[in-house]
Amino acid sequence: MIELQHLEKSFGDHHVLKDVSATFERGKVNFVIGRSGSGKSVMTKCTVGLFEPDQGRVIYDGRDFTSMSPKERKVIRQEIGMLFQGSALFDSMTVQENVEFPLRMFSDMSEAERRDRAAACLERVELDDASKRFPAECSGGMQKRVGIARAIAMNPKYLFCDEPNSGLDPQTAIVIDNLISDITKEYQITTVVVSHDMNSVMEASDTIHFVHQGSICWHGSREGLLQGGVKELEDFVFASDLMRKIRKTV
Amino acid sequence: MRWMYHIGRYMRLLAKSFRKPEKFSTFKDLLVTELESIGLQSVGIVALLSIFMGAVICLQTAHQIGGWIPIYTIGFTVRQTMILEFSPTLIPVILAGKVGSNIASQIGTMRVTEQIDALDIMGVNSAGYLILPKVIAGVFIVPFLVVLSMVLGVGAGAWIAVTTGISPLADFEYGMQVDFRVFDVVYALTKTVVFGFILTSVSAYHGYFAEGGALEVGKSSTKAVVWSVVIIMVSNLVLTQMLLN
Repeated sequence: MIELQHLEKSFGDHHVLKDVSATFERGKVNFVIGRSGSGKSVMTKCTVGLFEPDQGRVIYDGRDFTSMSPKERKVIRQEIGMLFQGSALFDSMTVQENVEFPLRMFSDMSEAERRDRAAACLERVELDDASKRFPAECSGGMQKRVGIARAIAMNPKYLFCDEPNSGLDPQTAIVIDNLISDITKEYQITTVVVSHDMNSVMEASDTIHFVHQGSICWHGSREGLLQGGVKELEDFVFASDLMRKIRKTV
Repeated sequence: MRWMYHIGRYMRLLAKSFRKPEKFSTFKDLLVTELESIGLQSVGIVALLSIFMGAVICLQTAHQIGGWIPIYTIGFTVRQTMILEFSPTLIPVILAGKVGSNIASQIGTMRVTEQIDALDIMGVNSAGYLILPKVIAGVFIVPFLVVLSMVLGVGAGAWIAVTTGISPLADFEYGMQVDFRVFDVVYALTKTVVFGFILTSVSAYHGYFAEGGALEVGKSSTKAVVWSVVIIMVSNLVLTQMLLN
């Protein structure tokens, strides 16, 4: 479980996060949704330690991440997997080497053990035949799957996914959503997905946090999402014709 | 006051880079890769420039002297020019263009495509992982390239002197040896070590803090070359004053 307590973050005069508190549960896909520029990416970066919050605390299973020394943080960081919007694969390495990378840096595994573990992770994302390719030789969907394989290589307790479906066709997006959802349940990971893709939210979310102008102004389930109740949330969720039609049928 | 901000940030980046590597075997692999990338892959351009510069210095010196100036001055001038200034200063400047822009664009691209964030989130010291092997490789390999440049430049000068009939080999050799001081080579190599450090670390700094997209990576690459050259030139003046007095 990850808890955010009263997070505040400003860049100069721009107050991006305003008293953000949230709980992301273990074994669930926790979505953070909101319009572009609402502060959801900054919130995630504060959670994983890429940005330092000005105030507030981030707690990983009772461990206060914000007050830890860099050395103590390293332990938690090795329990975190992250899937980036652009996949962030290392271009100079093959798919296999990308997946092996965290194992090579932080485990005492032999080369053969590392190879086996990487092969198992690639098999889990159905990419066992692409291990020798370089990221530039893979499609967008394949790169996302390699990103997931790399993120789960160290058996993480926490998985962060930043816009996992951006730039993907609807069918591939569903494959990625299902993969994230299955892996979360299978390994009982605390997963946080940042997205503004409503298809993805309806497909894979267990809990949803809606961020508006730097604050979480609504949280609940996808069933609750369709009922609305908060104007800003309704404007965001039912912006498309399709979602308005779905609402009518519900 | 903006320059103070950059100096402070550069120092902090260096402090972050010069930490114990997470895994020594990985660091060793990266160091070998960088030695090849910065060193071996630069041998061609260094050799080409040194040979032509040595030959041109020889022709120009021959053109300038005449009458009462002894012919062995050609060998002396080629040697002194190559050892004191051309090889230790201009070769690092050329490497700042070739290697520096490569380092800045490589690290800059990794920054804008979130690869550096990925390293940080995994718990890898991204500065140490990316910058330290390049700086150490630069400090070690640039002096070798400079020695190569000195040898090839002087050799090319001798070859052109003999083949064009400007000077007999014996006179050129005498000029090469006259008033030779080992300290000149020590002075040159001391400068080279400092320049190797500057060209790799300043370029890495500009790449590491690149922001935005492809355009900004290009700009950071240009800034890396410009600032490396400026700092090399200023350091050259300071070091020359310090070492020769």
